[in-house]
Amino acid sequence: MEYTLTHKTYYDALKKNKLLGLKCKDCATVTCPPKMTCQECTGTNLEITELSGKGKIATFTTSYVAPLGREVEAPYTIVLVELEEGAWIMGNLIDIDPAKVGMELIGRKVKLGFKVFPGDMYSAGEGVRPLFSFLD
Amino acid sequence: MRRVAIIGGGHTKFMFNSPQSGVEMLAEASMDAITRSNLKPKDVQAIYCGNVLGDFSEGQGMVQSYLADDIGCFNVPASRFEGACASATMAIRDAFMWVASGYYDIVLAGGTEKATAMGTPLATRTFAMFSDGRYEYPSGINFPGIFAMLAHLYSSKYNIPLKKLKEMLALVSVQSHFYGMKNPHAQFQKEITVDQVLNGFMVSSPLQLLDCCPFSDGAAALILASEEVAKKLTDKPVYIAGVGQASSGKLSAQYKYLPRLRAREVSVKQAYDMAGLGPKDIDVCELHDCFSIASLIAAESLGFADFGKAGELWEKGETKIGGKIPINISGGLKSKGHPIGATGASQVYDIVRQLRGDLVNEGRQVEGAKVGLVDTLGGDGVIVNLILKAAH
Ligand SMILES: [Zn+2]
Repeated sequence: MEYTLTHKTYYDALKKNKLLGLKCKDCATVTCPPKMTCQECTGTNLEITELSGKGKIATFTTSYVAPLGREVEAPYTIVLVELEEGAWIMGNLIDIDPAKVGMELIGRKVKLGFKVFPGDMYSAGEGVRPLFSFLD
Repeated sequence: MRRVAIIGGGHTKFMFNSPQSGVEMLAEASMDAITRSNLKPKDVQAIYCGNVLGDFSEGQGMVQSYLADDIGCFNVPASRFEGACASATMAIRDAFMWVASGYYDIVLAGGTEKATAMGTPLATRTFAMFSDGRYEYPSGINFPGIFAMLAHLYSSKYNIPLKKLKEMLALVSVQSHFYGMKNPHAQFQKEITVDQVLNGFMVSSPLQLLDCCPFSDGAAALILASEEVAKKLTDKPVYIAGVGQASSGKLSAQYKYLPRLRAREVSVKQAYDMAGLGPKDIDVCELHDCFSIASLIAAESLGFADFGKAGELWEKGETKIGGKIPINISGGLKSKGHPIGATGASQVYDIVRQLRGDLVNEGRQVEGAKVGLVDTLGGDGVIVNLILKAAH
């Protein structure tokens, strides 16, 4: 069975600032990032849908240690964002001082951007991550 | 299914920069396990081995096969298990299945890791491989980052001010060091204070250095045997009364359920149901405290506290010897160390010794302990649970 939405297609859209997800035609759940099956009912009756890219911060951390090859990025803030459509995705948060963020971030409304991770010797090529900034 | 017992074990000292290879460490632990079980290498019919990063840390794959040859278990089937930090517990669960089924009578299960040889940047990179590489690693997520995000979520979801939560978390690390000091196998044998925890280097907010387990080298191994064989070889068999295992997807796919980990709830229910026991029957527990917050999350899913309330267990001393549920009396991953491929075998080794009453001399025996629970977590969602029971 073929994927309705592969990571490659998802990345290509994200690079154009479009966030793609999968809408389940059986239970209406939106799955994002994409999977083979609906993340609630496990059905495969899925269609690609463009999401608003807006949501609120569910949780966050500022990381002061970075994996090999990414030391120059630290410190950086990682967020899990609950999208308007219900799904959660992981990305980075910009427009803030990573050393000064606190619990007040939780619930803040954010909108999507993107940034390419060029990849390293273990990643089989590049990755694209959502880069969130405050909506208000 | 036949009853299966653990009849002997071996455990190296956990440490930073071991002078030995991963195979050497596991061979020493394995030979101790074989000898203490009154067996010879030729008696071992199969080997189940946890090892996660030997490929990266010393350019060594297939450690299970070289181990078998090194200790003279020539040509036995030897299998490697990879479930990140839960690898060895997975190996023990499978070893249990093969003996319970009647296919083998005597097997060796254990694990080894030489993580510190990688140095911190590569170790941080490889440990980050146990999160989703396509959708989450591009954001720079790493091992502490996952639990750091769960800590903030825990504070928010259960309405515990972060400052208060941090103080509770500090008590978890302080207790681990208190018991680790008494464990000769532990990597750290020194007490720490709440102030030291709260003033440590920030690793991934809100987790500071002493909220985090270390990178470690070490190995542990156990011999599992059928009840019939076990009774001939030892007066103190420890039976595996229940097993459970479950998996889950990337952190974002666990969304609404977080900070609870559904896989743990599924896994421990399997183990409790199989043993015909519940949380109230557990006398001593080793749970997966890779980060201080992980202990609270685990204790709740295992049924020792209501959700959002586990911090009170440590505050009230209920997790110490003499408390309601003694937890991580080995020092836990925090103080004993966390050589990831070996950790599950180390947890089982310590519970077996508790149930045999072997820890009086180390000053950390839970008196009269008859039933123990092991809980091991790999990455953001592989869980294995084992319930062990003393013979008498
Ligand atoms: Zn569905």
